[in-house]
Amino acid sequence: MLDKNQAADIFERIKKHSTADEVEAIFYGGRNALTRFANNTIHQNVAEENISVSVRAAFGGRTARATTNKFDDESVKRVVRSAEDLAKVQHPDADLLPMPDAGRSAGPTQAVPSRHFAQTAAITPEQRAEVVGKIVAIAQKRKLTTAGIFSNSESVEGIFNSRGLADWHTQTSSEVSITMLGADSSGWQKANSPDVANLDPIALAELAARKAFHSAAPREIPAGKYTVILEPAAVLDMVGFMFYDFGGLAVLDQRSFLNQRVGMKLFGGNIDIWDDVAHPLQSGSPFDGEGIRRQRLLLVEKGVVKRLVYARATAEKMKASEYKDQVGLIEPTGHGFPVPNEMGEAPMNIVFGAPEDPKTIDQMIASTERGVLVTRLWYIREVDPYEKLLTGMTRDGTFLVEEGKVRHGVRNFRFNESLLHMLSNVEEMGMPVRASGEESFDMVVPAMKVREFNFTEVTKF
Amino acid sequence: MKEIGNWALDVAALRGASYADARLADDCSRALSTKNGKLGGASDSESLGIGVRVIADGAWGFAASDDLSRAAVEATAARAVEIAKASARVKQHDIRLAPEKAVTAEWTTPIQIDPFATSVEQNLELLLKIDSELRSVAGVTLAEANLNCRREEQWFVSSEGANLHQTKYTTGVGYAAYAFAGSEIQKRSYPNSYGGQWQNKGYELVHELKLVENARRVGEEAVALLKAEQCPEGVFTIILDGSQLGLQIHESVGHPIELDRVLGMEANFAGTSFLTLDKLRTLRYGSDLVNIVADARQEHGPGLGTFAFDEEGVPAQCTPIISNGLFTGYLSSRETAHTIGANRSGGTLRAEGWNRLPLIRMTNISILPGEKPLALEQLIASTDHGIYMETNRSWSIDDKRYNFQFGCEAGWEIKNGKRTRLLKNSSYSGITTDFWNSMDAICSRDEWVLWGTPHCGKGQPQQVMGTGHGAAPARFTNIKVGSAYKGN
Repeated sequence: MLDKNQAADIFERIKKHSTADEVEAIFYGGRNALTRFANNTIHQNVAEENISVSVRAAFGGRTARATTNKFDDESVKRVVRSAEDLAKVQHPDADLLPMPDAGRSAGPTQAVPSRHFAQTAAITPEQRAEVVGKIVAIAQKRKLTTAGIFSNSESVEGIFNSRGLADWHTQTSSEVSITMLGADSSGWQKANSPDVANLDPIALAELAARKAFHSAAPREIPAGKYTVILEPAAVLDMVGFMFYDFGGLAVLDQRSFLNQRVGMKLFGGNIDIWDDVAHPLQSGSPFDGEGIRRQRLLLVEKGVVKRLVYARATAEKMKASEYKDQVGLIEPTGHGFPVPNEMGEAPMNIVFGAPEDPKTIDQMIASTERGVLVTRLWYIREVDPYEKLLTGMTRDGTFLVEEGKVRHGVRNFRFNESLLHMLSNVEEMGMPVRASGEESFDMVVPAMKVREFNFTEVTKF
Repeated sequence: MKEIGNWALDVAALRGASYADARLADDCSRALSTKNGKLGGASDSESLGIGVRVIADGAWGFAASDDLSRAAVEATAARAVEIAKASARVKQHDIRLAPEKAVTAEWTTPIQIDPFATSVEQNLELLLKIDSELRSVAGVTLAEANLNCRREEQWFVSSEGANLHQTKYTTGVGYAAYAFAGSEIQKRSYPNSYGGQWQNKGYELVHELKLVENARRVGEEAVALLKAEQCPEGVFTIILDGSQLGLQIHESVGHPIELDRVLGMEANFAGTSFLTLDKLRTLRYGSDLVNIVADARQEHGPGLGTFAFDEEGVPAQCTPIISNGLFTGYLSSRETAHTIGANRSGGTLRAEGWNRLPLIRMTNISILPGEKPLALEQLIASTDHGIYMETNRSWSIDDKRYNFQFGCEAGWEIKNGKRTRLLKNSSYSGITTDFWNSMDAICSRDEWVLWGTPHCGKGQPQQVMGTGHGAAPARFTNIKVGSAYKGN
């Protein structure tokens, strides 16, 4: 796989072909493999190798990028020319900053732990099949069928620019997702980690199977407001919809629910939220799309939105804007996307603060007179951008809780719930864990017990 | 390129594959965008590689590489066979493929203007002109415009002798105006939300859409929504514009008819389907007026699901999906055709690119227009009381595709056959078959547009695919409206 020295050589060739004032190259890609199973059979099984370079050219306030996955001289020359041709025809933008130099990229930060594990990178198709075989055996023992994935990858992410910035990140990833299906019920579990040793596919399969077993013959209960116990994946898939609004540019564009709300108490006093790429349960590279090192930031403290994240250019714009005295500390934080872009920046390494008195899910159930236990949410979409009203469905393990006990499975609900409302009504929380869903990026979140969660309809299963 | 593909086929056969195909693809795209009077993004992208799909020991394997040297291609083919043999360790049955005649053919999207040959400078000027029109409306706080084009050139060879070369062009263009005031953000888009209109056309699409001419109206509607009345909650007759009906088809017909979902192959991610095999030719899916086809043929139109051959070499076809309300067909592949008693694939296996395994995907899933002449204004005039909704704002449906909820950017109350006050935050919800059985009118061919849905996600690893949906405005009775805001 491409290493930093090889990438540096390619960047030298990019610079040689470039006529731009400044040039930048972002390398990304790697190897990944995924074994997919359904109906107790491996039905899809894939592997891929692909690395690309995205070249950005800049001429005095004009910039554009072009990408290729070919590194021969002709391709490199072509991609440089494409980026330059796209840049040259633009009107100059006075807000476009020079590329950062190596010193600017350093920033205050802490060491990020190694996220490359040789044993994760080395997993073979036979080893994945062996694990899947064990998951299938658990399904068959329970008279269920199973579907899911077991994947592993090894990836690189690097950035070089003509002002001397050079940074490189390698990491591995492994992931297991398991659905167990009964005749009229299902259960689901998912986990991922840079280190495959942190995954326990058998335990996940057993738990998914128990959920499918116990939710059999689901009963319909009416829609309405319920106390819910949201498992971490369900919390993640909901809260993921608000973090793009924490970008400074989202506020400048007035497309954020934080317009005129930074500094306000929007959530319950038990909600603290960090962005922390170096957290031991986090993943990803320590630098952003311009090569700036990611800072550790407290975004929400005791329910109060404390600050936004900034790419370099956004910070400059915010300092010059009418909002500069309303949004807290303004500085580049290392959360920018590759330039040029419309989105600006976002915090992508979310870590919820640990509660003072963490509860297990079993304890949350035990303290609930009447409520609904939710394993997983699905097809979540934003209904109202300023109130952060979201709709979606429950899925793969939804249970009625009464008098401190899980009673039976229930038909799945549609919810229409505001995130502001939800995070103001959190009665209990678990210890934050690394969670993975399907609607949002992975993060470190707790299970939550939330009162008055708004289910508006019931589906037919 | 055929020679490179044959390197892969030879090695696959040598390693024990009973079937192999190789797809090489050269994929080029351009994305231009503006925001509030400035450049938003400008990028070109190209990706070239090979994907090799094999059956060995009765099971599938797939491997892909960006390296087209002979050694790398042969190693990729060998890896695909190794993976297939690992798959065979956990199987219930051997894969069997419906027969398909191997052909040699070439096909290219018929375009009038190559979008890559147009001036980037002029394209940016067009977007900035739109931007200027949008922001000329007092109260518009954010204006965004985009123009995208893509050329996918693909070579397909198989161990059965297929030799196909296809080149597909796609163009997409659109814009949106946002208005923020008080505690609300409202938005209007044109010609559709989430990137506008997308078709398998050249740059002529941009000329056809009257983009600049509509910009001021769109800006004005975004601002007007801030002061509009809230859409009421209750049970109403509703009329949906064609673009919203296109997405309704996508979610509540297109996905549930995917045979891989029906058979449980997507159970872990995209979900399954309420359309179990016993429902074929027995389920009354909709009213007598509902006629829906899956049509990938060129004669259906320049949809994002139009091609000559799918990604396992099966020719484009038209499959009746709902015929006078009766459920009559699934989307199928060579592997799955036998499960519905078909002796041939429906030709719907598609891949995002060279590095992805082809899956059953929607082609152009379109509702046929009404046969009697009926314009939208006539449809509204024939409606005593109801709500006309236009342009999608949010969409969600359960994992078996029963319960859905859609929000639209704008609604208008209909009273005594007239479009009256503007309504904000309009939404409707229901159960799929109840909804389609409530359709009591659909406009005729003059109102029918082949809409593009460019970002449909499915599969693990996830693949994004463009699908087409022809639709005309249609009317539905007894629909639950406004639940999205109930209790909030």
